[in-house]
Amino acid sequence: MTTIRRRVIPYFLLGPGTIWLVVFFVVPLFYMARLSLESGVVGNLEFNWDWSNFGDSLSLYDTQFVRSFIYAGLATLIALLISYPLAYTIAFKAGRWRNALLFAVIAPFFTTYLIRTLAWETILSDQSPVVKALQFVGLVPENGHVLATGAAVIAGLTYNFLPFMVLPIYASLERIDERLIEAAKDLYASASAAFWKVTLPLSAPGIVAGTLLTFIPASGDYVNAQFLGSAGNQMIGNVIQSLYLKQSDYPAAAALSFVLMALIMVIVVIYIRFAGSEALMGEEAK
Amino acid sequence: MSGAGAEGSVARSWRWLREHTVNIVAALVVIYMLIPIAVIFFFSFNDPAGRYNFTWVGFTFQHWGNAFGIPELNSALLTSLKLALLATLISTAIGTLMALALVRHRFFGRRAANFLIVIPMATPEVVMGSALLSFFLIINTFSLGFQTLLIAHIMFCISFVVVVVRSRLIGFDRNLEEAAQDLGANPLQTFRLVTLPLIMPGIFGAAMLAFALSIDDFVISNFNSGTTVTFPLYIYGAAQRGIPVEVNVIAIILFGVTVAAMGFATWQQQRAEKMASVRPEQEATSAPARPARVPA
Repeated sequence: MTTIRRRVIPYFLLGPGTIWLVVFFVVPLFYMARLSLESGVVGNLEFNWDWSNFGDSLSLYDTQFVRSFIYAGLATLIALLISYPLAYTIAFKAGRWRNALLFAVIAPFFTTYLIRTLAWETILSDQSPVVKALQFVGLVPENGHVLATGAAVIAGLTYNFLPFMVLPIYASLERIDERLIEAAKDLYASASAAFWKVTLPLSAPGIVAGTLLTFIPASGDYVNAQFLGSAGNQMIGNVIQSLYLKQSDYPAAAALSFVLMALIMVIVVIYIRFAGSEALMGEEAK
Repeated sequence: MSGAGAEGSVARSWRWLREHTVNIVAALVVIYMLIPIAVIFFFSFNDPAGRYNFTWVGFTFQHWGNAFGIPELNSALLTSLKLALLATLISTAIGTLMALALVRHRFFGRRAANFLIVIPMATPEVVMGSALLSFFLIINTFSLGFQTLLIAHIMFCISFVVVVVRSRLIGFDRNLEEAAQDLGANPLQTFRLVTLPLIMPGIFGAAMLAFALSIDDFVISNFNSGTTVTFPLYIYGAAQRGIPVEVNVIAIILFGVTVAAMGFATWQQQRAEKMASVRPEQEATSAPARPARVPA
């Protein structure tokens, strides 16, 4: 009697959440797939396996697709390069400043995403001292712009998703047993050899998690491209949003959204194969 | 002579730079993280010439005095608060139950359940938002508005709640529960009097995260709001015709409230950790007593 009860309990606990996620996350994906194969005009759409939605919309918006992945990839790379030293400092050198630095990393989350992005619009506008300084140093040509360029979009993406990179790397660095690093040095490893052969490999799970957590949302984003870019910097998210909400071309929009999800999954699977699944699942395995 | 001294100081400052490179980079990154917040703060005191609050014109307290003087902004804010509160309550309850099942029980389908929880966090928001809109458009039983927003917000909050509560449950000392049962508590009493108070900080942290995610959500709401306007959606709409300075004021107020709540949560967490660590400390004090008894 009690064993039956014990066996049923977890399903009761899981029930409400599972139902919610299946009905409002998994099932909608199937509905979107169905919508992507419909044809006709809004109000009179018909399901008839219309695969042309995929071909047509992909050939029309392939540049936005490629651009999304390039922007997201660059933003991820830059975020990694600036996050690692920061996470390293917080984990090993910050001492009593640790909590203050962690606070600074998540502070942007306490202001609304849209307002943060609009603040960058102010910072990167032509009259801003930052842009004047860049022009003075010669990084930006005189009378050159930063706002409404691809660089501004990438900068915005990097900024907005940086905490997603810093926190996992910090978590994996913080877990490293510092005696391992000391042991490497006792065995005559130079500081840099100890870093490349001990610290960096041990922080790989954080790097893998951080890059995924940055790349995935960045590749689907449309806020940064809309506020910081020009018409020539639109990403695939902008296209999907506009087709759904402004032009009501649902089948084409659904097809693009579906392809975006599929491509991201493919990229993630290849990446995890390449990086080693233990790197990502290290935490689970313990 | 002076040349050699200068060379020495150059070498010294070069060495100093090399030793502190990581810290300097970290300091720069922190400044970079905080600049936009500073900009939002300073521009909340701006007195813009036109409708666009992009260039600094002059200092004024006017917009702080008028923070809640724009009716549409107020109603958007109220909608956001109502939505976030409901989404937080429901997703925290549902998510905590799921976390309990995943940590405490071994059962068929556990891996599948884990996968179901992780996958929404690995899906771009634009895909989640558009899939949900496709669903609502085709089944045609929900009218787009507050109810569809609530459904969507609960959906994307659940996973995060599960992850936060689960991490708290994993570090849980189950001997405390056994002790309670040895002392005659039934399972429900044990849960209410021992388990719940100890995982409360985790639940509270999860609720705060859910609230923050909900009140800040733009993309998924953008797709599923119908004509309902939340705070981020108001900003998006206003961006085209010029955002009132009051938005900056409210953003800074929200920032302050969140920081205060964070501080409170950290304090709670530390208190709970003290509560949970009572036992090991007693062990430590009773340990030296034993060797003292051995010679006797």
